[in-house]
Amino acid sequence: MTWVRANQDRLVDLTWQHLWLSVLPVVLGFLLALPVGWYASRFRGFRAPALSFGGVLYSIPSLPLLVIIPSIIGTSFLDPINVAITLTIYALALLVRTVADAFGQVPAEVLDSASASGYSRWQRAFTVELPLAGPAMLAGIRVASVSTVSLVTIGALVGVSNLGSLFTEGFQRYFNTEIIVGMVLVVALALVLDACWVLLGRVLLPWARGKVV
Amino acid sequence: MIEYRSIAKTYDDGPAAVGDFSLTIPSRTTTVLVGSSGCGKTTLLRMVNRMVDPTSGQVLIDDVDVATREPVALRRSIGYVMQQAGLLPHRKVVDNVATPLRLAGVHKKEARERALVALERVGLEADLARKYPGQLSGGQQQRVGVARGLVADPNILLMDEPFGAVDPIVRADLQQQMLELQQELGKTILFVTHDIEEAFLLGDQVVILRKGGVVAQVGTPAEILASPADDFVSSFVGLDRGHRKLRIKEVDGQQVVVDEQGRPTGVLAP
Repeated sequence: MTWVRANQDRLVDLTWQHLWLSVLPVVLGFLLALPVGWYASRFRGFRAPALSFGGVLYSIPSLPLLVIIPSIIGTSFLDPINVAITLTIYALALLVRTVADAFGQVPAEVLDSASASGYSRWQRAFTVELPLAGPAMLAGIRVASVSTVSLVTIGALVGVSNLGSLFTEGFQRYFNTEIIVGMVLVVALALVLDACWVLLGRVLLPWARGKVV
Repeated sequence: MIEYRSIAKTYDDGPAAVGDFSLTIPSRTTTVLVGSSGCGKTTLLRMVNRMVDPTSGQVLIDDVDVATREPVALRRSIGYVMQQAGLLPHRKVVDNVATPLRLAGVHKKEARERALVALERVGLEADLARKYPGQLSGGQQQRVGVARGLVADPNILLMDEPFGAVDPIVRADLQQQMLELQQELGKTILFVTHDIEEAFLLGDQVVILRKGGVVAQVGTPAEILASPADDFVSSFVGLDRGHRKLRIKEVDGQQVVVDEQGRPTGVLAP
């Protein structure tokens, strides 16, 4: 506890850093997965290659990626952007399948009825398909969000500071308190973020209450 | 007036869904297409609003070939009520009903007001308007579907087995209400069902279909019962099962109508 109080400012800094490194990739990954997944759900020929591509992306080990990305986009090795990009790739890989499945389970008769009422293709996609795919997509986002919060800690290995830095330091110094505090904060952050997603779902998808996992 | 001219429809992976179909549907009357599954009745219905395009032949609405109309605009001008109601689960009842108006560019406030009027017309209380479709019973959802079909006051209403999924008591209720509404509104209704009783109850003109969209007989319910075209029609309308062959039996000075087995079905009005 004394250690926590002594390092309070740093812990807050690390938590904020960790937070934006977690949220940004999930949001970006989702925005990228949205058109890809939608297209995959509507055009069968595109589905298999899109989903396999997602699988391949997810199987790339993260450390090499963290080393390669700076040389591709010309950032420094310590730039947090590298971590954000890496995690965006993983979030995208996770969410493409979720989004494709979410659009796939929108009831066919509802789509049919919307078309018969005179929705144009785009109106239907944005005002019928997107909201109805919402609950399933939200469930996927929650999984991606939790997994991203824990993946961010890997950034500490390449020197991008976040709550994971408490692990690396703790190990180097054989200082268990620091490791435990790091773990507690990471788990707490994951839970708080998850609660935020649930809350967002309540606000954006009021009709699905009881359906959202 | 809706006119089918030598319509044929073949899907890529099968035999002809509809062979060579021609029919005229007079304005302001109800025409019912009735037949077993696979007779192409739904396919034919969906050609009117271009949810399906025929492989050959033409569908004309007031002498204009629908193939020349833009599908989205065409659909907005025609009411459509389907089985399971097809309501949008994420929109409140009132917004579901207002959908055709909103799509036609009517302002939100006015669209909602007109939707509430349409809901009242189909016998739904105003407090249901704020609910989501999932919170309504099957019969209520179907009423909402009818309200949505009528809200924009289209000349043509397409109804694809709209009462197929509700229990018999609710169905009878919905059918009666539809008769009353039609009396009042005089729409050109094309109605699809597999239930011959429903066809005879609602149809001014009844079209009995065989497999592949082949017309077995067209006529008023009375004409079909009086002179069925062939054995298929007799059997389809139930003339061979006895409950349509009625006799009069004198009981206590009253003229009681009984069927072939002697089961009473009613009394003759004096």
